[in-house]
Amino acid sequence: MDLYEHQGKELFAKAGIPVAEGRIAYTVAEARAAAEEFGGTVVVKSQVLVGGRGKAGGVKVVKNADEAEAAAQAILGLDIKGHITRRLLIERGVAIAKEYYVSVTFDRSAKMPLLMLTTMGGMDVEDVAANHPDMLARLHVDPALGYRGFDGVQLMAAAGIPVDERKAVGAMLAQLYGVFQSEDAMLVEVNPLVFLEDGTLLAADAKVTIDDNALYRHPDVEAMRDLAAMDPQEQAAREAHLAYVKLDGDVGILGNGAGLVMSTVDVIAQAGGRPANFLDVGGGASAEKITTALEIVLSNDRVTSVLFNIFGGITRCDEVAKGLLSALEKTEIRAPIVVRLDGTNAEEGRALLAEAARPEITVEKTMLEAAATAVRLAKEAS
Amino acid sequence: MAIIATKETRLVVQGITGHEGTFHALRNRDYGTNVVAGVTPGRAGQDVEGILVYDSVADAVEHEGANTALVIVPPRFAAEAILEAAEAGVAQIICITEGIPAHDMLEVYHYIRPRGIHLLGPNCPGALSPGIANIGIIPAEIFKPGPIGLMSRSGTLTYQIGGELAAKGLGNSTIIGLGGDPVIGTSFIDALDLFQADDDTEYIVMVGEIGGNEEEKAAEVIAERITKPVVAYIAGFEAPPGKTMGHAGAIISGSAGTAAAKQEALEAKGVRVGTNPTEAAQIMADLVAKH
Repeated sequence: MDLYEHQGKELFAKAGIPVAEGRIAYTVAEARAAAEEFGGTVVVKSQVLVGGRGKAGGVKVVKNADEAEAAAQAILGLDIKGHITRRLLIERGVAIAKEYYVSVTFDRSAKMPLLMLTTMGGMDVEDVAANHPDMLARLHVDPALGYRGFDGVQLMAAAGIPVDERKAVGAMLAQLYGVFQSEDAMLVEVNPLVFLEDGTLLAADAKVTIDDNALYRHPDVEAMRDLAAMDPQEQAAREAHLAYVKLDGDVGILGNGAGLVMSTVDVIAQAGGRPANFLDVGGGASAEKITTALEIVLSNDRVTSVLFNIFGGITRCDEVAKGLLSALEKTEIRAPIVVRLDGTNAEEGRALLAEAARPEITVEKTMLEAAATAVRLAKEAS
Repeated sequence: MAIIATKETRLVVQGITGHEGTFHALRNRDYGTNVVAGVTPGRAGQDVEGILVYDSVADAVEHEGANTALVIVPPRFAAEAILEAAEAGVAQIICITEGIPAHDMLEVYHYIRPRGIHLLGPNCPGALSPGIANIGIIPAEIFKPGPIGLMSRSGTLTYQIGGELAAKGLGNSTIIGLGGDPVIGTSFIDALDLFQADDDTEYIVMVGEIGGNEEEKAAEVIAERITKPVVAYIAGFEAPPGKTMGHAGAIISGSAGTAAAKQEALEAKGVRVGTNPTEAAQIMADLVAKH
């Protein structure tokens, strides 16, 4: 689960990491009120779950409440790479002397937390890594030992942090690692980490991702989820405990197993079609589950044909066919469905579907044939 | 001799009295796997259709000589169940459970790895050596014995390719599901080394997907020390970055972990990559026919 900047900063503040004083604003009036409360310079920041806000005009430094109001007017509703700004963070202005970058990531390859630090703050870290690799200091932390002072010494020396700053930066590293560990984070990134003119250190941004599998032990983080910003299909799937990802095409896809569904999405594209979604119905074949899954796929208006791809294992294809047929009784089907059943009891399953002779269903034997038919039907409908 | 699931397997099922645990323990036994015990704390002395239940894995090891553990317990207890099996001296642990926090798995990984304990999974379907033994939830009926070692990060995609191979008359030495999580005990490299050393395996099929760089690392190892022919398939070419595609580990982070990068890395080392499961199975079938 990705957090908004202000949510990440809430976790930071809880851990004692200094952040600028800020208020959330959902309206222009709220933004103005926050600016009046702070007085003087404030920063108006779009809160969206995507990078590149500054370049897109989603961050503005303003001198007074009138300017804050105008900035809020401009930023609320702003589309940043497909993410619409619905909330703002209004922060008290600070006098920045210099900018660094620091992050803790979950390095899957090494199976260790990875600390990264550079004095080239405020830039895209992938650019720093590509163009100035010697400026980006990297250090793995032994998960059994956790972060230790000597890790910090080594990292800061490698990054070229001036000696007189190392006490403050070292303390910040320890605190950020603490957030990474205690909050089950996959990513904690501060870009920029800033020294103010008065010498204090402050996290001027926060990019935090929490492990979905660990949310059960972080109800405070789960409560931060912005349901209003979620795609309606993704939200419905979430409630039904189904894995769904929206794509931008017109062929709806559902199947059993993440890998098989990913593969089905690829095969639709290879057949010249445009996949509308990824949906894994998982194991089992209850009519209820299939009904919910079909309803979610079809509630996306762009869908003009559906591919239902099942490889039966422990769940038998005849059970799936029965589940599908009773799902058709329960819900209105507004697009043709191509069904591919293979694996355990596939023939029995196909026979059941043939017998039912539902006009909205076309049965195909293989995945590739099914993909070709689903793509053809989508094209005919458009 | 096959790998992981063998004639020597003496299986203890952790979570045997749960619905899933009972179902799969009995299926595994029916297939011929030597299921020697079950574990559910507080249920010692009971039995599941003749399989004795113990309070702890240590008891199952002491009384029944269990050497392999199958973990089918809810995600919040699973990491501890793996550690319990490791502490009890079980050499091989297979964890089916999906949804274990990644930080918990870091801890588990760094505990078992230096001790030489072999973990398969989590979030995997297990291991099946057709005709010999089945550990986990793989539907054995689809597969038959043969010379192809099959390893995959995805369950149903393994069945898909296994089914396509079977339809062409080809069977498998062992099918292993590595698991769809970001931190798993057995990597493609580990599995490649096991298959390379296995007399029953003559060919290897690897099924990868987006996320991480284990396929890229495997490509290096294939070039370096795997002499058996390898054919690959990668899923997720159309996956958008930053979205978890069902499996916790199937996510493109920034520009890292794409299917295209994996395909390129494998092909650069001479591994043929099928563009879909059907094509991958066909490439393998052609290879076998030529030998």
